[in-house]
Amino acid sequence: MEWSADSLFILCAMYKRGLVQVWSLEQPEWHCKIDEGSAGLVASCWSPDGRHILNTTEFHLRVTVWSLCTKSVSYIKYPKACQQGMAFTRDGRYMALAERRDCKDFVSIFVCSDWQLLRHFDTDTQDLAGVEWAPNGCVLAVWDSCLEYKVLLYSLDGRLLSVYSAYEWSLGIKSVAWSPSSQFLAIGSYDGKVRLLNHVTWKMTTEFGHPAAISNPKTVVYREVEKSPPPGLGHLSLPPSRAGARPLTNAAASESKYEVASVPISLQTLKPAADRANPRMGVGMLAFSPDSYFLATRNDNIPNAVWVWDIQKLRLFVVLEQLCPVRSFQWDPQQPRLAICTGGNKVYLWSPAGCVSVQVPGEGDFPVLALCWHSSGDSLALLGKDHFCLCFLETSKDVGAAFGRRDSCT
Amino acid sequence: MGDWMTVTDPGLSAESQNISLYTSETKMSPSSLYSQQVLCSSIPLSKNVHSFFSAFCTEENIEQSISYLDQELTTFGFPSLYEEPKSKEAKKELNIVAVLNCMNELLVLQRKNLLAQENVETQNLKLGSDMDHLQSCYAKLKEQLEASRREIIGLQERDRQLQCKNRNLHQLLKNEKDEVQKLQNIIASRATQYNHDMKRKEREYNKLKERLHQLVMNKKDKKIAMDVLNYVGRADGKRGSWRTGKTEARNEDEMYKILLNDYEYRQKQILMENAELKKVLQQMKKEMISLLSPQKKTPRERADESTGAVISDVEEDGGELSRESMWDLSCETVREQLTNSIRKQWRILKSHVEKLDNQVSKVNLEGFNDEDVISRQDHEQETEKLELEIQQCKEMIKTQQQLLQQQLATACDDDTTSLLRDCYLLEEKERLKEEWSLFKEQKKNFERERRSFTEAAIRLGLERKAFEEERASWLKQQFLNMTTFDHPNSENVKLFSAFSGSSDQDNLPVHSKQRQKKPPSTSNGSPVCTSKMTKSLPASPTLDSCQTRSCVSEHSSVSVLTVTPEEMKPDQVGRECTSQTWSVVSRPGAQPGCSVDAL
Repeated sequence: MEWSADSLFILCAMYKRGLVQVWSLEQPEWHCKIDEGSAGLVASCWSPDGRHILNTTEFHLRVTVWSLCTKSVSYIKYPKACQQGMAFTRDGRYMALAERRDCKDFVSIFVCSDWQLLRHFDTDTQDLAGVEWAPNGCVLAVWDSCLEYKVLLYSLDGRLLSVYSAYEWSLGIKSVAWSPSSQFLAIGSYDGKVRLLNHVTWKMTTEFGHPAAISNPKTVVYREVEKSPPPGLGHLSLPPSRAGARPLTNAAASESKYEVASVPISLQTLKPAADRANPRMGVGMLAFSPDSYFLATRNDNIPNAVWVWDIQKLRLFVVLEQLCPVRSFQWDPQQPRLAICTGGNKVYLWSPAGCVSVQVPGEGDFPVLALCWHSSGDSLALLGKDHFCLCFLETSKDVGAAFGRRDSCT
Repeated sequence: MGDWMTVTDPGLSAESQNISLYTSETKMSPSSLYSQQVLCSSIPLSKNVHSFFSAFCTEENIEQSISYLDQELTTFGFPSLYEEPKSKEAKKELNIVAVLNCMNELLVLQRKNLLAQENVETQNLKLGSDMDHLQSCYAKLKEQLEASRREIIGLQERDRQLQCKNRNLHQLLKNEKDEVQKLQNIIASRATQYNHDMKRKEREYNKLKERLHQLVMNKKDKKIAMDVLNYVGRADGKRGSWRTGKTEARNEDEMYKILLNDYEYRQKQILMENAELKKVLQQMKKEMISLLSPQKKTPRERADESTGAVISDVEEDGGELSRESMWDLSCETVREQLTNSIRKQWRILKSHVEKLDNQVSKVNLEGFNDEDVISRQDHEQETEKLELEIQQCKEMIKTQQQLLQQQLATACDDDTTSLLRDCYLLEEKERLKEEWSLFKEQKKNFERERRSFTEAAIRLGLERKAFEEERASWLKQQFLNMTTFDHPNSENVKLFSAFSGSSDQDNLPVHSKQRQKKPPSTSNGSPVCTSKMTKSLPASPTLDSCQTRSCVSEHSSVSVLTVTPEEMKPDQVGRECTSQTWSVVSRPGAQPGCSVDAL
């Protein structure tokens, strides 16, 4: 399910049936149904202008571009079945699509307005794994699969700007992220390091390691600890209209708080199975803060910890160690505020001022499986299995959450 | 040597000695026997003189012995003992003079030989000890040599072992490297193999996809369709445009425009950064120049360099200032000039700092050569000294402040008061000394007075007795007369006068007794009861009153003062009154003195 970019339409795709349905918000009686039929459906998404739907057929045979304006269809052959084969620029003008023909990788750049092929060039990769536009829309990062560490940088017109390869033979790139200012490209690899490339020379500026033992006294380590529940209180049921109260003060359910652990400290590590593919090691999650000052990473060896790096000083700033493995984290789109969820019933917020663990109020457990910020940065949606919770953040310094709660079925 | 020992044995008989002597004489022996001979001759000489003589020459063989001796001496080169023969057949006469001369010569020889022998002996001893010493040294050196040889062997052995180990490790390392290389090669080959396989599979897959695609496209079933109620307007409200070559060109244009914008933006940023950096560099250069220019006064060896450099740079600066505006162009030459000049300045600064360091180290080694340059050590020492001084001064100030505070504060404990008193006691002590001397004087005077008073008291007592007796007799008479005569006025007057006089007189002894009692009582500090007084004096009302008053007055000298003048009759004038007052007056002064003394 996906909103269109101008929030006027909602797309619902049923992959098993190969159907895509579109509804309009303005006109409730308007509807649209797209049937892929025997071609099948593997992925469906909006184009940035909100008027085209791109369906990827089964086996990645083709990408069909359905236009809502003209009811026309365009086909793009041989899209690549890879992790991140399709990428739109931030301004929505261009789309990069990874293709593979005759055992060679290609990248096609389309103009989104009329789906004209702008550029088509081959890439010097063994097995292209992903493409990503820089936020300024002028550079396209293309990287190889994890069997080979290679990042290629192309300019908008298809010229190869630079190639970067840190090492050979070991497992390579796991995740890639651009900084919002387009100044840095962060590459997380299977060796547990993040390498930053700068946009001027496309050479490595620095690399961040993720060791299990932290000894630098300047880094702050927040450790989540269980608060001992007050004895004999029993379980309090909350009235749903509760508002303004800090959730830390209620309920006998296990609460936790952050305490600052003293350095040197060693984090819990997970030893990955060496004989399996896609081992749980390396830097799997990368995210820049909106002002490009911080980079949040997660090393899959140490799944409970989130590492926050200070980009100004190019060093480790804060480590947050949770009790459960971190599922996902996301930066507030407006300020350097990070929200983390671990699958427990708490959401964790970190900002340079401090961090707090907030329990989601509700009856029973609310496993927070995913979270999503509102674009204004004022509220946060927490998604559970079949519930979701909206968290409103007040503008005061302390995150005193006034909770609203709704039930819905997904 | 062994022979020597046997010779020196005093128990030897003379004969054996003589035999040895004979043998030594005839043989013309080597030095040892010679010495033997000498000793032989020297030692028994004293003991067995006569036997010696008798052994060689007896009265029978004089001629023979003389001839023998003559023969021997002539062979030794001495002149003959015989006189010049007058005739061939005449008997040879003994030339005594020659004999004596020969004896003398022999004695001299003997002495020389003894000396020589002594020298030889001492030399022998020395050589012997030297030999011992050298032998011991030799033995030690041999041991050392052996030990060092052994050590060398050990070390060589170790060295060899280590080298072996080293070689082994090198070998291992090489092996490991080779293995690594091999493994890498294996990986590379496997990778190519996999890639090849992958490509093959991919081609197959593509074929399948193509086939499937064909099938799907061919089917063209109606299901693949979009069912839209109505067309939706475009997002930006414009109409859709046809795909033509123009649109393509337009797209290209737009793309290039975007790219160019981005590049321009970035270039602007970089230019700004460059300008800032240039500014910083320029500032640095100016500061460095200003740092280096005052150094023209320093040693001339450097002056030429620095001044030369500075001057040249100043000239450059002058030239460059005019070209400041050209910097914005950031052409190669300007950039190079700037960097070169900065490098030059930096080198000059560095050399300057190095020279300063050298100077400092030189001064530390040699001492004060240059007045301007103070060695770091001395500087440090001085600073330390100054710091110490400052600390001491501070402590002094603190203690003084404390003392001041203590003085100002009224609540003090005994220690402080005693301390304070100690400060002032000196003054008081001196004062006390003076007073003490005064007191002593007064005491002396007291004693004198006391003596005089006691005498007076005794006299008075005697007089009183006499007077009492007179009175008694007179009273008797009066009484007797009263029956006959009547003279109350005169009696009363007399009585009163008598009483007053007696009272006064009684007072006197009372006071005197008081005073007598007083000096010893003050030492005790306790009032003395006037029980004695009561006993001594007859009971009378006036006397009682006097006593009580005196008793009362004993407790306070002041009251004595007040009492006595009142009791004093105006006619009772004299030395005693004055003496009373004087003595009473002096008491208060003495009392504090005494009290002080007691304290």
